[in-house]
Amino acid sequence: MSLMKYESQVRPPLVVGDKDYHQVTEDIVRPIEARPSGLWWIGFLVSVALLLFGVYSVYREVVYGTGQWNLHKTVGWGWDITNFVWWVGIGHAGTLISAILLLFRQGWRTGVNRAAEAMTIFAVMCAGQFPIWHMGRVWMAFFVLPYPNTRGPLWVNFNSPLLWDVFAISTYFTVSLLFWYTGLLPDLATVRDRARLKWRKYMYGMLSFGWTGSTKHWQRHESLSLVLAGLSTPLVLSVHTVVSFDFATSVIPGWHTTIFPPYFVAGAIFSGFAMVQTLLLVTRKVLSLEEYITIEHIEVMNKVIVLTGSIVGIAYLTELFVAWYGQNTFEMWAFMENRANPFSPYGWAYWLMMSCNVLSPQIFWFRKLRRNITVTFFMSVIVNIGMWFERFVIIVTSLYRDYLPSSWATYYTPTIWEIGFYLGTFGLFFTCYFLFSKFFPVIAIAEIKHILKRSGDNYKEHMDVVEKKHSDELFVEAHAEHH
Amino acid sequence: MAIKKFVVGVFEEEGNLFNAVRRVRKSGYRLHDVYTPFPLHGLDREMGLRDTSIHTAGFIYGITGTALALGFMTWVFTKDWPLNIGGKPHFALPAWIPIMFEFTVLLSAVGMVLTFCYVCQLAPFVRKHHFDLRSTDDKFVMVIDISSNNSETEVSDFLTNLGASETNVQVAETGWWLGRYDKEQKLGASREPSH
Repeated sequence: MSLMKYESQVRPPLVVGDKDYHQVTEDIVRPIEARPSGLWWIGFLVSVALLLFGVYSVYREVVYGTGQWNLHKTVGWGWDITNFVWWVGIGHAGTLISAILLLFRQGWRTGVNRAAEAMTIFAVMCAGQFPIWHMGRVWMAFFVLPYPNTRGPLWVNFNSPLLWDVFAISTYFTVSLLFWYTGLLPDLATVRDRARLKWRKYMYGMLSFGWTGSTKHWQRHESLSLVLAGLSTPLVLSVHTVVSFDFATSVIPGWHTTIFPPYFVAGAIFSGFAMVQTLLLVTRKVLSLEEYITIEHIEVMNKVIVLTGSIVGIAYLTELFVAWYGQNTFEMWAFMENRANPFSPYGWAYWLMMSCNVLSPQIFWFRKLRRNITVTFFMSVIVNIGMWFERFVIIVTSLYRDYLPSSWATYYTPTIWEIGFYLGTFGLFFTCYFLFSKFFPVIAIAEIKHILKRSGDNYKEHMDVVEKKHSDELFVEAHAEHH
Repeated sequence: MAIKKFVVGVFEEEGNLFNAVRRVRKSGYRLHDVYTPFPLHGLDREMGLRDTSIHTAGFIYGITGTALALGFMTWVFTKDWPLNIGGKPHFALPAWIPIMFEFTVLLSAVGMVLTFCYVCQLAPFVRKHHFDLRSTDDKFVMVIDISSNNSETEVSDFLTNLGASETNVQVAETGWWLGRYDKEQKLGASREPSH
């Protein structure tokens, strides 16, 4: 057994402190069993208030039409589609952490995957709102589904990237939800089996589907997780690729570029990890889970942020270069005048995006700053502001001065109901996250137990002894255990 | 399902478990199941369980999705209602790849999860007998079926020798039933074992 559990001393422990299996359960389930704090209530109520404001904003849009927003003929996509792409991008980190890092056997994912996956699901829920309500006549939203109808039947256009998006987003949401929930089953059973209160036993009994922890079930569960991870890996890359096709397959200057899919995917991972940081830095503090979401986890995620931020930076520069190299008048105008010229109406947005996304993450080349919690929190917010402006710049600066100067738009500013809708999705997102952090284990209990004896602080100490032993000795020991 | 009699051994350490399973099987006792708080790699092999074929099911669901998506789009755009979209071919395979891919993933994932729930008999309000509630926390629980002819004390002693920290005897329903976990529903407790 000693050989099986060996992990190098060089790797810092993933679980700090003197933990055994029971202590892990205690630590992670405690917030579920305790009464929510005053801080939780304040956060929750503020979120609900935002959500209600959003509901009212959407109500106005449904009743009076999209005229409630400042969209017009020239800028037909504004805050709504900006917010859609922004939320979908944020929704990429969860599945990336749970699926791609599972395939890469990254042990550190166990501390953060549950919360990140939950965040993914909530972010995709928020994202989905925008195209749906943007339709205007939302009661006809089901027209996007290919169902037999009395109009012919007239089918949807399967060649359209907007329809690909319908399939991509709905598949992504469904698969992420299934992946998240199957992972939750054993942990919900843990909560159920230690519950004292009747309602808690009832609720978690129902939610955990009668999970027992049978070896056969675990075997299937492992196989299921692995295959779902294998499916989700191309899926997560495909979703933002398809979102980028919404732009790239058009003939609008600034959108019609082949670099969009990889550039969008890198940006999505970038903003997704930033949001994971924002949420987890607060969660670990409020629920006192610092021993499970350690500074090591934060540092690793900051490394992902500086990597993907730099990829995004290279993409920005490549776009500028190709615009110049291609010598297409319209493309040049879109990039050099509408975007990069700091004195053009939206030049400020472009340079805000550049400084937030490309320059500021470079501070994470320094180890000290990567491991600084205040800096990380501040940066995670900066990155998401930058990524919001990226989408805004792409959408609005390409649209507001089109081929025909007589239809050039004046400055596009959102109405209060457009802003309200956006704030409403924040409300939805945080309402869901607050409920999640109260009623569900925010860390995958079973997965932490699985790595505890390999990466736990107290167990790693004993590995010192193992490390100094001669390999022959270990072989003899392992051999003896078999007899 | 059947109501049977079991000896339950509670283990503190997963390390002892592999050896214990090996010994139990060697001695000819009928191993009912081992309940663990997290997956123990290799324990399924040790128990002589065959590999799961859930991934094969996933593959079949997946290619069904691909075929359905391709077939449906082909039928719609070449037979049912051929639309002239900018003079492009009706059979526009490259443009259909995103939807074919998404539908493959969707069917595969949904199908596999439903299959998983079916074969493991997992659903809301499904209730099963739990031999030891701590098996979802920190204990490793080995259950041996003694309804055939083994004596309780013999098996209990055997498990204690293998490293079980405690043992007990339970009469229980082996299958699932519809029920709630907030209610005590010991189906088997009142009745005698079927043997």
